[in-house]
Amino acid sequence: MTGAAPPPAATGAPLLEATGISKAFFGVAALTDVDVRIERGEVMALLGENGAGKSTLVKILTGAYRLDAGSIRLEGAPIEPRSVADAQSLGIGTVYQEVNLLPNLSVAENLYLGRQPRTRLGFLDGRRMQRDARALLARYGLSIDPGALLGTYSVAVQQIVAIARAVDLSGKILVLDEPTASLDARETAMLFDVVRQLKREGLGIVIITHFLDQVFAIADRVTVLRNGRLVGSKAIAELDRLSLITMMLGRELKEETLGRSGSEAAVSAEPLVSFRGYGKRGSIEPFDLDIGRGEVVGIAGLLGSGRTETARLAFGADKADSGTLIVDDQAVSVTSPETAVAQGFAFCPEERKIDGIVADLSVRENIILALQARRGWMKPLPRAEQIAIADRYIKALDIRTAHRDLPIKFLSGGNQQKAILARWLATDPRFLILDEPTRGIDVGAHAEIIRLIEDLRARGLSLLVVSSELEELVAYASRVVVLADHRHVAELSGEAMNPSAIMAAIARPHGSAEPATREVAA
Amino acid sequence: MRIDTRNLPFLATLAIFVVAYALCVSQFPAMLSTRVAMNLLTDNAFLGIAAVGMTFVILSGGIDLSIGSVIAFTSVFTAVTVGAGLHPAIVLLLVLVLTTAFGAAMGGMIHLLKMPPFVVTLAGMFLARGAAFLISTQSVPLSHPFIDALSSFYFRLPGGGRLTSIAMLMIAVFVVGAIVARRTRFGANIYALGGNPQSAELMGVAVGRTTVAIYATSGFLAGLSGIVYTLYTSAGYSLATVGVELDAIAAVVIGGTLLTGGAGLVAGTFVGILIQGLIQTYIVFDGTLSSWWTKIAIGVLLFLFIALQRTILWSTERGQASRRTAAMGAT
Amino acid sequence: MPDMILARLKRLAPQLIALALVLAANGLVSPNFFDLTWANGRLYGSLIDVLNRGAPVALLAIGMTLVIATKGIDLSVGATMAICGAVAASLVAEGQPLAVALVAALGVGLLCGLWNGFLVAILQLQPIVATLILMVAGRGIAQLVTEGVILTFNDPGFAFLGSGNLLGLPTPVILWLAVALIVGVIVRRSALGLLVEAIGVNRRASALAGVKTRFLVISVYLVSGLCAAVAGLIVTADIRGADANNAGLWLELDAILAVVVGGTSLLGGRFSILASLIGAMIIQSINTGILLAGFPPEFNLIIKAGIIVAILALQSPALGSLWAFLRPAPRSPTPAAPDKKELVAR
Repeated sequence: MTGAAPPPAATGAPLLEATGISKAFFGVAALTDVDVRIERGEVMALLGENGAGKSTLVKILTGAYRLDAGSIRLEGAPIEPRSVADAQSLGIGTVYQEVNLLPNLSVAENLYLGRQPRTRLGFLDGRRMQRDARALLARYGLSIDPGALLGTYSVAVQQIVAIARAVDLSGKILVLDEPTASLDARETAMLFDVVRQLKREGLGIVIITHFLDQVFAIADRVTVLRNGRLVGSKAIAELDRLSLITMMLGRELKEETLGRSGSEAAVSAEPLVSFRGYGKRGSIEPFDLDIGRGEVVGIAGLLGSGRTETARLAFGADKADSGTLIVDDQAVSVTSPETAVAQGFAFCPEERKIDGIVADLSVRENIILALQARRGWMKPLPRAEQIAIADRYIKALDIRTAHRDLPIKFLSGGNQQKAILARWLATDPRFLILDEPTRGIDVGAHAEIIRLIEDLRARGLSLLVVSSELEELVAYASRVVVLADHRHVAELSGEAMNPSAIMAAIARPHGSAEPATREVAA
Repeated sequence: MRIDTRNLPFLATLAIFVVAYALCVSQFPAMLSTRVAMNLLTDNAFLGIAAVGMTFVILSGGIDLSIGSVIAFTSVFTAVTVGAGLHPAIVLLLVLVLTTAFGAAMGGMIHLLKMPPFVVTLAGMFLARGAAFLISTQSVPLSHPFIDALSSFYFRLPGGGRLTSIAMLMIAVFVVGAIVARRTRFGANIYALGGNPQSAELMGVAVGRTTVAIYATSGFLAGLSGIVYTLYTSAGYSLATVGVELDAIAAVVIGGTLLTGGAGLVAGTFVGILIQGLIQTYIVFDGTLSSWWTKIAIGVLLFLFIALQRTILWSTERGQASRRTAAMGAT
Repeated sequence: MPDMILARLKRLAPQLIALALVLAANGLVSPNFFDLTWANGRLYGSLIDVLNRGAPVALLAIGMTLVIATKGIDLSVGATMAICGAVAASLVAEGQPLAVALVAALGVGLLCGLWNGFLVAILQLQPIVATLILMVAGRGIAQLVTEGVILTFNDPGFAFLGSGNLLGLPTPVILWLAVALIVGVIVRRSALGLLVEAIGVNRRASALAGVKTRFLVISVYLVSGLCAAVAGLIVTADIRGADANNAGLWLELDAILAVVVGGTSLLGGRFSILASLIGAMIIQSINTGILLAGFPPEFNLIIKAGIIVAILALQSPALGSLWAFLRPAPRSPTPAAPDKKELVAR
């Protein structure tokens, strides 16, 4: 499972060593006394839940933030990167999740922006730039036209171009911040080939990812942060999945300890919502799916497997180009959020800040927004009623806010998530679609959201929940649909529904002709 | 043959110009003469020079509403100070320094205050026009041997056309502009800013310095355009060139530059200027059409080009998914 | 309820103070600035002049406020004014009944708004780009209608819109107050205001919440076109002629300025029509003040430039963060801060 241990550095200091790093924002500590070390020819995975301090640490190492306390030594010499460019010239390069290159420039221009080769007269030497770019990319196994616009290539290619640029500029340490988030399995493998090659060349590589499979596939050592503090740093060979998760979550999480409320709940045979051959070309292949009254159906799969696409399609945020939708034995057409809301559908999107909250509006206005939208602009909710609704949900969901009229942007992630849920509950929906409802919120809020999901199911709502928290998912769902490569590849229920079975289903090779398997325990 | 989608709007512009010119000539054969062609260049010289500056600004994702006012200010300033006895050479130098500094100041405000260029240059537009009014509200005639020598210089071409000094200056500005845009680091930085300023900054582009330089260039070229306008009209008038910024923006967009920045060619703006000039020339030749058709035609062209760019953008986005893996040449 | 009134006053305080200061300055340069007299069945005085002369910008500012609240901008309102004025004048000059001319002009205004709304909401063009098209072509269209001349007419009914009196005030004042009242009541008594603000802050999230974003975006451009039509009618009626070249020239910029002075952010979101109207009156008071002080009107532009620079400095996010930095007590975790704890803003 693990790669062979890299050859130890010849002698002396590690490639990079940071000690006693602390950083606070507005008096709130983000990092406290963190030590981290990177060796030559090593892939170090930096792990932790959202808010653990991973990105703060990376931003300090790469010069985007200044540290409050502590010291950084590169090859034994103290450094103090003042900016991203500064860190780059010291030898520390970064590639972010959303590729920070310029799609409107050519591949070669992206590789050499700011350091283009020039002729003796001071003009850009385009021909040499193309030649250099071609040679550079060849080292990464890319034989693309360096003169073409970067934006015409896939995210994976762009990602590798970004790596090529960062390594070419810096050459000692490469920081990859969630590089595989928007890549499919094949593209991820391609990226990892590049990472392994750089490792062989002696670079120190820091990779941030939340895909544990990938950690085991690529990392030599794992450093875990929790609540801004260092939990530990261990060689991957010493770790198994459970011990790693334990380091991250700080509690013994046994698969069987969580209650199995979902599968035990009585599910009416009559489905409320039935998708038949529902799909959208280039997004998700046609699928069949029934969700009963008072049932929670889970959707699992890696990012990019089509899980968010399934949720958006179900809500009409994207238009299906095949199949039918039956609600309550009636064929209906859901082609937009408006039509979905009219059917009693509701949808809490994954990207809370982009697709969920309306940041500058108050908690109250955010909560009544969907209800008001459904009533239409001509029938305003009287203010007293708005206040009553807002207060009811602030109390019921325990949304912690100083005041109902506070702009929602000042709330924490978990409370924002609860407010979005409140927005939809206020419309009294019968079918609720949740995309990663517990993403980016702290552990306490996790438990509350899960309790809420169970509550809603008990009240007879039908729920479709996308989640990468598999342990949680199997706890509250009665069935889990597994997605891979934009297809529904398996549907698990009963005893067959557990995290390892789900992961096995994801990992299983999927022939395109093979029909979705259905595994139900006897 | 591979046609780069990057150059599609430019090629469309070029095709429209060639077809339109051919149609004009088929109706009025006299339009195929060096005289008409040269007049077209001379009449639009000041607009062309200003439009090069606007191209830079728009490529970087900004906009400069001040250029019409700056041209008027330059013309009034030049006419009045030369009238007061200063040597034109000194005046021209002085006015270029002034307008460049003015542009740089706007660029500085845009960068430091993080406010939309649209509003900052709107203030610049009011300020420059107000300053022009303060100098003089009259049309001030300009006459000086040095100025006359400059404005009356031309090469006679076969067919009776006159390649005037200001037309040559415009062509020179376009050539230099094209070289700066495509063959210097400053040019590359402009495209980078227009693509995504945050990414550009992370990639080491000095955003502040580049922004100041872009608006300073636009100010300088607006000043140069004002000088050309003064030579062309032999007068300074503070109410002149109202709305020239709109003509310049139209020329840039019709020339295939993306109004949101990051893509386009300086050469495209030249064709955009020619198309605008061609419409005016056609209307003059026709004699029955009124001049307001120019505005309508430019509006229609603007719409067509903006819609074309929108379509290209959509089709690229749609093609993205299917190209995702196909474009990979990985081993 | 008193809380709400207090909150509104707090929101309007900067604009009201600025207006008071400008008016006070006017009072200093022209001692009889505040004098009001009654003659010929209406009020006269500098204050009434401000209200009257400010009518077109005030009208444009009403529609512009809504457009800007959706994160848009409408550059075409000046051109729309010219078109609508030309349409009404040409119909009246042809001998059509006044009612027909007025309805046609308002209809054309709506059509202009529909065009802009279509480009912005359906074709998803950037508003500044979309409305630039009509801004460029509009004056050509207006000249097409007037056939290139200043189209004069002699209809007392039409002229009444520009220079008549109603309820003791000049008709334009009554018109803009009425439009403001109607739009204000519709926007705030219905859910339109909230939904428009939601779109301006986060269009994607609003659409996912079921808000009819396309319909609403088109609506605000329709309102803007309609306001421009009324403004165009007033300007045309005032000079008893349609001047395609100069009617409403650069007024779109004044209207945007009025909205910005009114404190509505160009980045969309929270808006206040009342504040924009006060903004329009501030601008007009300055114009009037300069005239009264005996300065040449050329100073107007320089002062406007000064206002923009001052407001930019005040509204600038860069200065804002400096301001927040200088404030001692952290009021709340900024959204950028990592949300690692369930922190509740105080």
